[in-house]
Formats: sequence, structure tokens, C-alpha cells
Amino acid sequence: MTVQELADKGIFSLASEGGEMDRQIQAVFCCDLLSIAMGRAPAGCAWVTVMANMNTLAVASLADAACVVMAEGAKLDEAALNKAKLQGICVMETEEPVFEAALKIHDYMKNSSAVRQDI
Amino acid sequence: MRRDMDDQIVLEYEISPDDFTRAGEASSDVKSKLKQLGVSPEAVRKVAIAMYEGEINMVIHAKGGKITVTITPEAITMILADQGPGIPDIDLAMQAGYSTAPDAVRALGFGAGMGLPNMKKYSDDMKIETELGVGTTITMVVNV
Repeated sequence: MTVQELADKGIFSLASEGGEMDRQIQAVFCCDLLSIAMGRAPAGCAWVTVMANMNTLAVASLADAACVVMAEGAKLDEAALNKAKLQGICVMETEEPVFEAALKIHDYMKNSSAVRQDI
Repeated sequence: MRRDMDDQIVLEYEISPDDFTRAGEASSDVKSKLKQLGVSPEAVRKVAIAMYEGEINMVIHAKGGKITVTITPEAITMILADQGPGIPDIDLAMQAGYSTAPDAVRALGFGAGMGLPNMKKYSDDMKIETELGVGTTITMVVNV
């Protein structure tokens, strides 16, 4: 499933479009401690977190996440949102808790890879 | 960005103290330049993570400092030099989970004690030179 396909599901609201919306989501990653996320977030992941600040964006970009999903209604402030837009980092938002948000992405990924295997 | 006589590219950055909103700008710049140079995505990611952790450490602990990045066809070398308090016990500082970061920094999501371990994990070689009250210089190499 690509970042665009996840955005098109309409379950999360798109706060900032990424530069690479056609990128494949390789994994789902959940963590709020940036130091852990920096070392452990796999490249190409959808990163689900409640930590909404400027540094989240830096970590997402440097660890090469495919997109960030802000869960539990966490929102970037205006300055951070502008930075996300400027740097082309895809940020989505949801009121759902971290686990439920991540589970939905996981299920969509499973379904979309199952469809692809059928072809 | 300049090329010296050996045809290596040298990038230099001044890191501002206590400015968490700007922390990561130097690492982001290096990341985009390495991408432009066609360095492999895995090596770019290693450099970006290792350097960002170092950059954050300089902001948190050392009132900023200077980072010099040298790029050759074989390797990327990052030298992070600060005039901070120095590291009293390197073995302890290298332990995952050990942190002396203040609460305000933890509230931002840092201070999990993973900075130095991540730097070691993502670089192919790392050397720490430190002197109490004088500063710390960390040299990290990522092979291309």
C-alpha cells in the first residue's frame, strides 16, 4: 500500500502532503520516544505517535519514514506544520488511539498485499 | 560546500545551543547533499541517524558546537566538536538507557539514553575524545 492509498482510505485526515505519496509503506512503527524511534523506526514505515513537535519531523525525515500518523488527536502546531509542508513530509491525523490507528494500517497493508498476490 | 585538493567534499556546520526547533537542520542538509551525490540510501540513512543523535547531544549537553563532514568516494566522516562539560564516564554514557538529560528535554521525547548507542550502532567506526571542563570530540565514519 502506498502513502497515497492510505490517505485515500479517508480514515485519517491529511495534515501535510508528502513529497513521495507513491512510496510503498513497508511497515508500521509505534513509538513516542524520539531517541528510540530514531534508532528503531524502519525505513519506509508509517510511524504512529502522539509526540507532535518539530523534532518528530526531523526524526521522521532522517530515519526515512514514509509518513507520520499523529494519533489520539495530537496535532502539530502551525510552525511545525509549515515545516512538514516545506520539507514534503506526509503527516496524517486521527483521534484514534495509537494501537487502533496502527492496527488499521496493518490490516490495510495485509489486504493490499493479499490482493497483489492474487493478480 | 567546498572541494579540497584531494577532491573530497567538506561541509561545516555551527550548531546553536538550546535551540530544539532548529536541531536536525545540519543533519537534514547533509542527508539531502548525500542523496544528490548518489550515495546509497542505506549509507545516507546511517549518516543521517548518527549525525542527528550527535547534533541533539550537542544542543542538550554542550551549548552547541561545530560539525565537519568529509565526503570521499569511500567513506563519510563526521567530526562533532564541542566545548561542553565533557563526559565523566564514557562506558556509563554508552549504556543504553543511561541519560543525564534534564526533564524539559525528556518532555520533547529525548533523553531515553539512546543517543550514543545509536551513534555507535549506525556508524562503522566511532571514536570519543573527551576532557572534563574542556569539551568532547566525536569522530564517526560511515563506509560507502
